[in-house]
Order: sequence, then structure tokens, then C-alpha cells
Amino acid sequence: MSVNKLGKFAVVGLSAAWLAGCSTTGANTDASTATTATNEGTATTEQAAPADTDKSATYAANQDNSVTSVVDNQQDKAKSSKSMLDGVATVFYFSFDKSIVRPDAQQALQIHAKYLIANPEEHVILEGNTDERGTREYNMALGERRAKAVARYLEIQGVPASQIETVSFGEEVPVAFGHDEKSWQLNRRVDLRYEK
Amino acid sequence: MMLRKWCLVLLTCLLFTSAARAQLVIEVTSGADKLLPIAIVPFGYNGTDPLPQDVAQIVQDDLVRSGLFKAIPRSSMLSQPSKLSDVYYRDWRLLKADYVLIGSIKNISGDRYRVGFQLLNVLTQKPADDYTTIDVTKNHLRDAAHYISDAVFKKLTGIRGDFSTRILYVTEQNAESKHPLYKLQVADADGYRPQVIVESDEPILSPAWSRNGRDIAYVMFKNMRPRIFIQELATGKRKQIMSFKGLNGSPAFSPDGKKLALVLSKDGNAEIYTLDLATQKLERMTHNYAIDTEPAWGPKGNSIYFTSDRGGNPQIYRLDIKTKKVERITFEGDSNYRARLTPDGRFLVCIEKVGGDFHIAVQDLKTGRVKILTHTDLDESPTISPNGTMVMYATTENGKEILAVVSVDGLVKYKLPSTDGEVREPAWSPYFN
Repeated sequence: MSVNKLGKFAVVGLSAAWLAGCSTTGANTDASTATTATNEGTATTEQAAPADTDKSATYAANQDNSVTSVVDNQQDKAKSSKSMLDGVATVFYFSFDKSIVRPDAQQALQIHAKYLIANPEEHVILEGNTDERGTREYNMALGERRAKAVARYLEIQGVPASQIETVSFGEEVPVAFGHDEKSWQLNRRVDLRYEK
Repeated sequence: MMLRKWCLVLLTCLLFTSAARAQLVIEVTSGADKLLPIAIVPFGYNGTDPLPQDVAQIVQDDLVRSGLFKAIPRSSMLSQPSKLSDVYYRDWRLLKADYVLIGSIKNISGDRYRVGFQLLNVLTQKPADDYTTIDVTKNHLRDAAHYISDAVFKKLTGIRGDFSTRILYVTEQNAESKHPLYKLQVADADGYRPQVIVESDEPILSPAWSRNGRDIAYVMFKNMRPRIFIQELATGKRKQIMSFKGLNGSPAFSPDGKKLALVLSKDGNAEIYTLDLATQKLERMTHNYAIDTEPAWGPKGNSIYFTSDRGGNPQIYRLDIKTKKVERITFEGDSNYRARLTPDGRFLVCIEKVGGDFHIAVQDLKTGRVKILTHTDLDESPTISPNGTMVMYATTENGKEILAVVSVDGLVKYKLPSTDGEVREPAWSPYFN
């Protein structure tokens, strides 16, 4: 029973990995990089059980043509548990030139982590942003560092790196357009988006 | 009768307002007595078709913008000669002009024009330079004007003029909407004759010139991921050269044109690399878990200045390319960003954060002395003119992003005529010949 359940998970995990590969085929170099990263993530994961069942899942998938229906079942399951994200924050704010995940962000991130662990087919994109102060390329790097800080927090909670992508928009995509602290605070953020 | 008078008044008003909008506001804070008085006489013209450009006016604007000249107003000129034999030096001495520039434009065939000019010394009552002519088509009268400005500037200051150079910059329209439009543009150094090079609904940043001025590099987002492109200006042919996972940014051509310094985060975080443009070989230059970004080549190509927060706050560091030794360069202000070097390597221009403000600062690399050049706020993206005298930068005025210029000595300041939308990320071209 429990083995069967894990098997289903792993099948979904595989198809998710395949999806991750697909989703970045827009740029040639990226597709290969992304795929490699996904594979690495799976190989180095410290959770032995899912890694083991990966093989049986591959075997099961090859033996059995019911992969689609398995995925469907899993999607239903994911849908039902998606409600655990209702009202949970997806925007996390930072202090000027800082990339430390604030304590008030941690509760929400722990819920996202639980959801991601329970739904290995789900992927998040963490988009790092900065306010308009400072230079543009420095802010590109700072935005990336913020996104990576959130990614690290999720990984420490047990989310496999393969389910997380980070990207920086620097100061290029503000949500508030004032030139004051109120707007700047709104722009110093990481947006967590579920990729579908 | 009454109606006609009103029409005239209205017309005058219209002329004045449009002239005012186009006019550059130049603030020269050096003593007016130090400015060299020069009279730029309206050029003579033999043709019947009106000329699209007032060549003498463009020359005058160029020279005044340098902050070294004071122009004698046309309205006070006692005569407007266009050839040497018509010049009465006495008239110009009365107006306290040290030099007079005269010229004429002849339609030689179709849309071809011959522009002749000569610089005269009022004190010696003799020509200061040879009579020179240049042939141009109608569309290139502005180029002729900038050429004349360069010649006069060089003759009178000994410094090579950069009036014929160009600038790259990025504009963003509909910035606060869901559909912003980004354009990479090229224009004359005075902001005129803008042309769109790239248009995108995703952000464009960090335009950079190759040393021969033929190619440019820039960062453009594709599917909301930053990519580096190299594009040939004349043909528009472009190549995506960097698309690693993470950052692909800050392209900077080496002085010999063979390499591109850039920033990638493929190995974990923002690091500086050089790309050999012929072999495509990447070499990692920095190894640090801090942010290393915004590379700028030293003028001899043997060092790279860059921004790093390895010491806690962003500061400028210098990397020796051979020994890989890194040395901290800036110590004043809370932090310093994005270095640019004057062509002689003497001065480092960067963004300095003091309190909550971001200003343009210049550091004398010989004495270590630092001077804040601007009192505007949210200044960014400094770029230095090829003769090393002027810094163009982006700043914010009344909530709008504009381009402004300050001289490296801090005495001359002006803003570029504003176009629609936000204007940012200027990059001053090298000399084209």
C-alpha cells in the first residue's frame, strides 16, 4: 500500500522533471542546463526512500500504460491539498541591500515547503526584486541573492532543489512607482509563483 | 487688422514655447569671466530651399555646452559676415569677442551641400585657422556642424572635441502599465536624431559600445530571463551570446576589442568573467561568495574595476588581470557602485551612496581625493565622454527618469532634452575615426 503510494509519487516526480526540461526549451543553452540541474537535484537528494522508489517507478511506468491515469489521480489529490495554500503569503519583503529572510516570512514559507514536499510535481519560481536605489546591475545580483535566500530556506525545510527555480528582475519590474520608502519597501521583495 | 495682430502675437508665442522646450538648460558654475567669448555668425547660404538645420546654431550650442565658451548673442552682432573680406575686426572687438567663426553653405548639386568655415582671432585680427570646406548631403548637415564644433574646440582648447560622438540609452514607455515598452536608442551626443535600435516588451539594460563603435552589447530579457546580445549597429544583425541559468549581465568590451567582461551566476552567485570573442573561451575572474558585478576595464586593459560587497557594503575594487590580485579602491561614503575610468586612467567616476542619497562621485586615483559632482538624487549609470571631460548619467527629476551631464571637474551641468517616457542607461560612444 505504502510502496504503491510512493510509486505514484515518483511517477509524478519523473513527469514533473520532464516538464521542467520542457518549460525552459525556449533558450537552447538553458534547456540543457535546467535538465542537468534537475537530474543533479534528484541524484543528490538526501531522502533515500523517494530516490529508491524512483527506479521502481520507472519500471512501473514502462510496464504499465496507466501513467496518465496515475497522474490524473495525483492531480486531484494536489488540487485538494492546494487549499492549504489559501491565504498564505506569496510575497516576501526585505530590508534595503539585505537578503535575509525575515522572521515574519517563515511561517508562510514553511507551509509552501510542506505543500511542495507533498506535491513533488509542483514547481515554484522565486522572483527576486529590488527597489530603484543603487545601480541596475548590482540590483540584478541583489535580486538574485534574495531569491536564492528564499530558495535556501525552502530547501532547508526539505524541498528538493529541483522543484525550485530562482530568477532576478533587479529593479526592472517594480510593483510600486513612487520614489519614497513606502514604494521602495513594496519593491524589495521575492514573489513566489507556482509554475503550471 | 486687429485679427492679424493677434495672429502675429499667437505665432510668436508658439515659436517661443517650442523653442523653449527644445532648449538645453546649461548651468555653468565656473566664473563667467573664465569663459572664452566667441561669436558664431549665422552661416551664409546661396540656396532657395530652406535648410533643415541652422548649422551655426548647432555649433554654438555644442561649444556652450562644453562649459568653456560664452557665445555673443546674434541679436547684438553689428554685422553678420560670411566671408573673410566682409569682416571688420573692430565690430567684434566692441562686442568683446575673442574669436569669430564665419561660414557659408552652398548648394552644389541636388541635395549636396558644401559647408565652408573659418575661425578668426579678433585680437590678432588674423585667421586663427585655415579656411576649410566639407561636402555633405542635406541629412548630414548636423554632422557637418558637429565636425566644425570639434575643429574649433580642438583649435582653442587643445582637447579633442566629442561633439561628433553618439550615445546609447534605454527608454521605457507606459512604465506604470501592464504593457511597458522598452527601446534601445542611439542619438547624437547632444540628444538629437534619436533612432530606435531594439524594441521589446521586456526590460533592456546595460548597453555598451565596442571600441571601434561598430558593435554594441546589451542585456535584454527574453521570457523574463536576462540574456546578453551583441549587435552590429549598421546592419542590425544580432547574436545572443550568453544565456546561462541565472544572471547574464554587465557586458563591457576590452580596450583591444578582443574580450568582453561580463557577469554570470552560473557557478552559484554573481561573478565576473571574461569572454574571448574569437575563441568563445570563458575565464572566471573573481572567486567570492559576495556579489561581484559591474566590470569596467582599466584603460590599458590590464585591470578590471568592479563592484563587490565582499567587505560588507558595495565598494569598488580593482582586479589585476595577470596576478588576479584584488585591491579595494573606494573608502568614502556608505557604499560605491559602478566604476567608470577616464581614458587617461587618472579619474574613477562612480555612484556614491551618502546617507540615503545616490550621487555621482569622482575619485582622483593619484591623490585618492573624492569629490561629489551632483546634488540630484537617485543618480545612476555614469558614462564618460571619450575625451574624458564629461560624465553623462541617469537621474530622476519630478519623478521622471532623465539623462544629465556633469563635467568631471564639476563646474558644468546640463540636462538632455527630455523625450517621452523614462530615459536611462546612457552609454557614451568612443570616437568613430
